[in-house]
Amino acid sequence: MPENPISSFNGPSCPVPLYHKDTIVMGHGSGGKMTQDLIKDVFYPFFDSIPLREGNDFARAPLPDEAQLKGSLSVSTDCHSVFPIEFPGGDIGKLAVCGTVNDMSMSGAIPLYLTAGFILEEGLPIATLQEIVLSMCAASKEAGVSIIAGDTKVVERGKADGVYITTTGIGWIPESRLIGGQYAQPGDVVLISGYLGDHGMAVLTARGDLGFEADIQSDVAPLNKMIANLITAAPDTRVLRDPTRGGLATTLNEIAQQSQVGIQLTETAIPIRPVVRTACEMLGFDPLYVANEGKLIAIVPAEQANAALHALQASPYGSQAAVIGEVIAQPQKRVLLRTQVGTSRILDVHAGEMLPRIC
Amino acid sequence: MIDFVSGFRNADNIKVLVEKIHRATTQPWNIMEICGGQTHSILHYGLDQLLPPEIELVHGPGCPVCVTSLELIDQALEIASQSNVIFTSFGDMLRVPGSHRDLFSVRAAGGDVRVVYSPLDAVQIALKNPEKQVVFFAIGFETTAPPNIASVIQARNLGLTNYSVLVSQVCVPPAMHAILSAPQNRVQGFLAAGHVCAIMGYWEYLPIAEQYQIPITVTGFESVDLLQGIYQTIVQLEKGSFSVENAYPRLVTQPGNRSAQAMINQVYEVVDRNWRGIGPIPNSGWGLRENFSQFDAQKRFKVGHIKTQESEVCIAGQILQGIKKPNQCPAFGIQCTPENPLGATMVSSEGACAAYYRYRR
Repeated sequence: MPENPISSFNGPSCPVPLYHKDTIVMGHGSGGKMTQDLIKDVFYPFFDSIPLREGNDFARAPLPDEAQLKGSLSVSTDCHSVFPIEFPGGDIGKLAVCGTVNDMSMSGAIPLYLTAGFILEEGLPIATLQEIVLSMCAASKEAGVSIIAGDTKVVERGKADGVYITTTGIGWIPESRLIGGQYAQPGDVVLISGYLGDHGMAVLTARGDLGFEADIQSDVAPLNKMIANLITAAPDTRVLRDPTRGGLATTLNEIAQQSQVGIQLTETAIPIRPVVRTACEMLGFDPLYVANEGKLIAIVPAEQANAALHALQASPYGSQAAVIGEVIAQPQKRVLLRTQVGTSRILDVHAGEMLPRIC
Repeated sequence: MIDFVSGFRNADNIKVLVEKIHRATTQPWNIMEICGGQTHSILHYGLDQLLPPEIELVHGPGCPVCVTSLELIDQALEIASQSNVIFTSFGDMLRVPGSHRDLFSVRAAGGDVRVVYSPLDAVQIALKNPEKQVVFFAIGFETTAPPNIASVIQARNLGLTNYSVLVSQVCVPPAMHAILSAPQNRVQGFLAAGHVCAIMGYWEYLPIAEQYQIPITVTGFESVDLLQGIYQTIVQLEKGSFSVENAYPRLVTQPGNRSAQAMINQVYEVVDRNWRGIGPIPNSGWGLRENFSQFDAQKRFKVGHIKTQESEVCIAGQILQGIKKPNQCPAFGIQCTPENPLGATMVSSEGACAAYYRYRR
């Protein structure tokens, strides 16, 4: 009789699945127990809010008492994909919170709530996800907003740069406030809250392929409290906008189009850090087109400009605030720059991707 | 640390030079700046607005992206579309329109097209991807020749068989001859390209100045550099002299960078080149020598048969020769914009049309 090849039927034979606690795998996006555990272990400890604890697929959230059903809702949504996901001064999580808080605040709204949707790439270390969640927790606490709803999906390796995050924000705009890109008027003053170009150049240097090192930190920050002080000091503020993608130049062009006015800037008044200016020059970039994530443009009536400037400068995020120009009637829908020698050039919208210089 | 920048942008220095130019100018003059970087600088700082109305600045063909022939662009697109190729290039080339598409659209269709800051980065890509063919689009005037050929030398020393270059190297002096000998030429003085001269020196311009009796001033790129170059050219024009002067002495000498020139001579030989918008100019460029031909992408990929089809509307050729200005083109700003360029001069960060569109519409 042939020898039985099987030595024993004793011993463990049930293939219990591994508990993946170090790395995101496809199962985390299935909606089953792995998803529930991920949410419970990674997200809930830091995104703690009553609506989230209620565990529904929607959030029921109250308006502030003072609203008394007057005013309007401010709603904003932003998708975030950045490479690398961590960079000097911040990470994609901080960006996702601040970006949407800031967008809402630019309407004069008091930001109240955020939702956060995550697309996670298979293979993302959970420790990295935890750092991002911690970062979002800190930023939302600083801004005074609660994260009240969220969603998580997982895609195959190679289909996301680590993680993509979409945040939607809800805020309340008091009845009296009318702030928007369409309200700029000739004679108004244009202010910027500080140094331009930090975020875009910080991300580029973090990519490591510039061929040089530069100590540049992203300026990513929640601006809602600075904005609240600004509006108190300059209650007739007409326009607020953060110069993110496309930089100052593109954002001012948008405003000029919306309001059907011209904008005249003074080049020497625009604050740019010397290291950012140098890094941009070496690559052939113009800092006026580089993204910012912790700056705002304010357009206010001339008689409130001083008060607005002082309110900005009093904030930790506005210490370098400056008056940089004025709104003019003609030429309409144009942004012009007066150089240090008094010559003038157009500051146009950028055609597409900024590309580094050749020679 | 010596500051080589702020003095050359200083408002007081600019003012002094502008006044000197105004005092020196008594009649109309046309001066051509060769280099696209100089064109952009002039428009960026608005220097032409400071000059007396008698001086007209005419913009030259010194934009390597603009003058790369349509055939070479189409060959690049053909190579980049192949599945085992990583096609690398300076950023500006990605948007230059070929006969039907550009490198961005090849990338969107799945081609592996990558921007590099230096050709040596392309060699690194070849090292890290031995199963792929890596091609670098080696465009430029004399300025980019040393790094372009350094990449070939490095690839040879590393024994790489998967690296090649698609060469579109062009030279300034033949272009100057072509412009000055054209019947409709109106150029009376030249600002020579400072960075080209940093490599090549300016000894090549002495016979040109002599032959055409035209003053040539080697000029840099900052406001003060450009105004100094213009001033020295005007002084010569006003007194009727026609020598070559160096207004960029902190970087340029008459012999130039001898070791760079020796290296160029080792790898490149003079060839005829087709200049987009101008046409063929004999002995106007460089190509790989026979003993480096294994690095020639044109030979490796056998793309020499490609035919081209230029836009009928685009007048880039006349603009590159300084015959017309961008805002004299009927398509400028209408059919032809940076988002939808008909010709290379609207694409490149050194192209005259792009400069006008951006700063002067």
